Amino acid sequence: MGAATSSETPYDVAVIGAGVIGCAIARRFTLDGARVVVLEKAPDILDGASKANSAILHTGFDAPTGSLELSCVQAGHAEYETIREAMNLPIDRCGALVLAWDAAQADRLPDLVAQGQANGVDDLEMLTRDQALALEPNLAPHLHAAFRVPREALIDPWSAPHAYLLQALLNGAELRRNAEVTSGHYDGVWHLQTPTGPVRTAHVINAAGNWGDVVDQRLIGASAFTIRPRKGQFVVYDKSAARLARHILLPVPTDKTKGIVVCRTIWGNLLVGPTAEDQEDRTTADLVPETLQQLRDKGAEILPALAAEEITTVYAGLRPACEHKDYQISARPEQGYVTVGAIRSTGLSSALGTAAHVASLVTGGWTALPDPVVPEIPMLAETETRDWQRPGNDGILCHCERVTRREAKAAMQGPLAPQTAAGLKRRTRMTMGRCQGFHCTAAFEACLNGDAP
Amino acid sequence: MTLPDMVDVAIIGAGPAGLSAARHLAEAGIASVHVLEREAEAGGIPRHCLHSPFGLREYGRPMTGPAYARLNLRRALSAGAQVHTRVTVTTLGPGGALELSTPDGLHQLRARAVILATGARETSRAARLIGGTKPGGVLTTGALQPLVHVNGARPFLAPLILGTELVSFSALLTCRSAGAKPVAMVEPGPRIRARWTAPLLPRLLGIPVLTGTELLAIHGGSQVTGATLRNATGKTREIACDGVVITGAFRPESALLAGSGCDKDPRSLGPVVDQYARLTDPAYFACGNALRGVETAGACWREGRRVARSVALALLDGLPDPQATRTIPADTPEAPGALAYALPHRLAPDTAPPALPHMQLRVTRDYSGPLTLGRDQGQLHARPDRRIHRPLPRMP
Repeated sequence: MGAATSSETPYDVAVIGAGVIGCAIARRFTLDGARVVVLEKAPDILDGASKANSAILHTGFDAPTGSLELSCVQAGHAEYETIREAMNLPIDRCGALVLAWDAAQADRLPDLVAQGQANGVDDLEMLTRDQALALEPNLAPHLHAAFRVPREALIDPWSAPHAYLLQALLNGAELRRNAEVTSGHYDGVWHLQTPTGPVRTAHVINAAGNWGDVVDQRLIGASAFTIRPRKGQFVVYDKSAARLARHILLPVPTDKTKGIVVCRTIWGNLLVGPTAEDQEDRTTADLVPETLQQLRDKGAEILPALAAEEITTVYAGLRPACEHKDYQISARPEQGYVTVGAIRSTGLSSALGTAAHVASLVTGGWTALPDPVVPEIPMLAETETRDWQRPGNDGILCHCERVTRREAKAAMQGPLAPQTAAGLKRRTRMTMGRCQGFHCTAAFEACLNGDAP
Repeated sequence: MTLPDMVDVAIIGAGPAGLSAARHLAEAGIASVHVLEREAEAGGIPRHCLHSPFGLREYGRPMTGPAYARLNLRRALSAGAQVHTRVTVTTLGPGGALELSTPDGLHQLRARAVILATGARETSRAARLIGGTKPGGVLTTGALQPLVHVNGARPFLAPLILGTELVSFSALLTCRSAGAKPVAMVEPGPRIRARWTAPLLPRLLGIPVLTGTELLAIHGGSQVTGATLRNATGKTREIACDGVVITGAFRPESALLAGSGCDKDPRSLGPVVDQYARLTDPAYFACGNALRGVETAGACWREGRRVARSVALALLDGLPDPQATRTIPADTPEAPGALAYALPHRLAPDTAPPALPHMQLRVTRDYSGPLTLGRDQGQLHARPDRRIHRPLPRMP
């Protein structure tokens, strides 16, 4: 298929990398009328940095004022709000509290509030210790002070990018998996080499995440940044722990990291993380028992009742950090090339805004689709009505996450059907609950083989 | 079969304990006994255990797990109990008001008495905080057995087995029947935990059992490639394997207790019960491994029978006042944390025959020393593999 396509008309845009950023960019260009191909080196999408994050839709209150990151986060947040109902994407408007645990941290709160206001987040509320404890009675009593960020929210970190890419595919984009771009050259049009065959395209968007600088090197011979992945480990508690916190609980950030967050997930768990550990390895995010125990201890320091709660899962991810703090987005119009690099820790929030920004850097002369297809994504949020509550669900297959037979079968259909176990997990949550597959692994594997029991 | 709105007894879970309780309640003359099973097939865990001898004491002859599961079901049905599959209880409400998810949507059911027979599960790799990556081929025994026996899968050729409980040897046999030869069995404790002849098995098969050894990390991309072990002296080493079976450390399947108003024992992770196996909401009872991890299928079956008597008594004549219950503190004062669990947790007036006639205990590690149960003091010599039964203490 690849060879046949390449001899015909070139694509308008090739997006390298199907993480959350690549998915949003593919959607943007497709809706703008471009003919798009997405090239993903893994067997499924969301297999790199986007597979592990804290699933927060940020306001940008703590982003550097005037930064590209800030404008992309704010535009992305706003667009998510605009499209989410039509696509059946969840949001939990829980708000966040930034917590000061000693006098020195408390002294920094006014500056952080001022920064938030400078960033256009004008609804921050300073809270005394007692006001904060009234909002979150399970917080440790040695709290000093806090402020509230009402519009920080929780979303589903996987249904959102799935929706973006699915909309692109349903409106004419193509997805190639196992399609690492190994080399390429530009002679007025790009000729990319992949294991799935050559690809010709007018424009290349490098959204390769942890491999962004490597792709730059391969295609344009240089990169303006060097990725040094930052590992984040997380601990996820059982759903019974979600009652302990309503807000997203944030620490006072440092220069290096937003710090360790305690928050619910859209699926009704409670997570603690991430750590921020720089490493050279771009592929392996090792879980370290001692660090996980430290996260448990940290969680119990913030919410003492957490000490008695059970762990559902642990995970680790790599975020594409580099020597620069801000996003590294640069266009070479003379080469039909845009690098979208170092989207370190706010990619989920900014994706739609980043995509719009990237589109503004490319002149294609396309005509926006007049009436694009809008897909609806399966709703997996704990607070919304789920399939197990509806007639005709055909029974529950994964009991901890209450995933129905009907949902599992539907997930295996369509242009974005998973080709890996991890892909089916991300689309359905099967095996991701407290028993971690003790009960449903056999059913899960059967579903993955297209043979739901 | 349509689900009723009102029943005498609803039993959650159609494993050995639940089906035994259903059969014996129906035989005791309780008119409407309904078992609610969330899987597509009744029978519970034995359905996937093809090799162990089940049913010796219950039926007087040895049989495979699936045959045992079918017989338990047949006896419950012929006694007059009804069994509903693909029905998930989602909420335990006050006084036996249950909310269910069924293939036809939500359903509400009120029962005069409810028995939790939800069984147990093994502690996952994640909950044990094992390090490394998350490749394919890491399975609990509970995941492995249906994968092999139902799906006919061959998930690995040379796995590592973590644990040396009875179930670990069951996992070993399952590996063998899936054409795999385990590279080793790993036990953090000082010796093999299972009793009887099970430890002979790896010796016969030439599989090393590494006691005093921890599994620190699992490595691999899409499939396991190896693991890091640490022995008692702190020395680490790598071992090549293409899978890991995480066995044992069973704990009750007790998620329904959250928000139910019924108390949970932080040690057993099952419900708090009195000697009638009655929860703190007296419409609810529990039996089998929903109470604690873990007893054999036969022990669960017998407990189901005893709890059925209690529940029948509760419905026909009434059990002693649940309000008069007193807590039985249980402790090993010289070794905090040595007690894995002790149940029952509370004692009501003893004017009816108890469903749990003994104080059931297990320890987390080898222990010799004093044991205090209520006001009774005694000596305990115990190992983690041994179930300990003591007469229920007398309360003042």
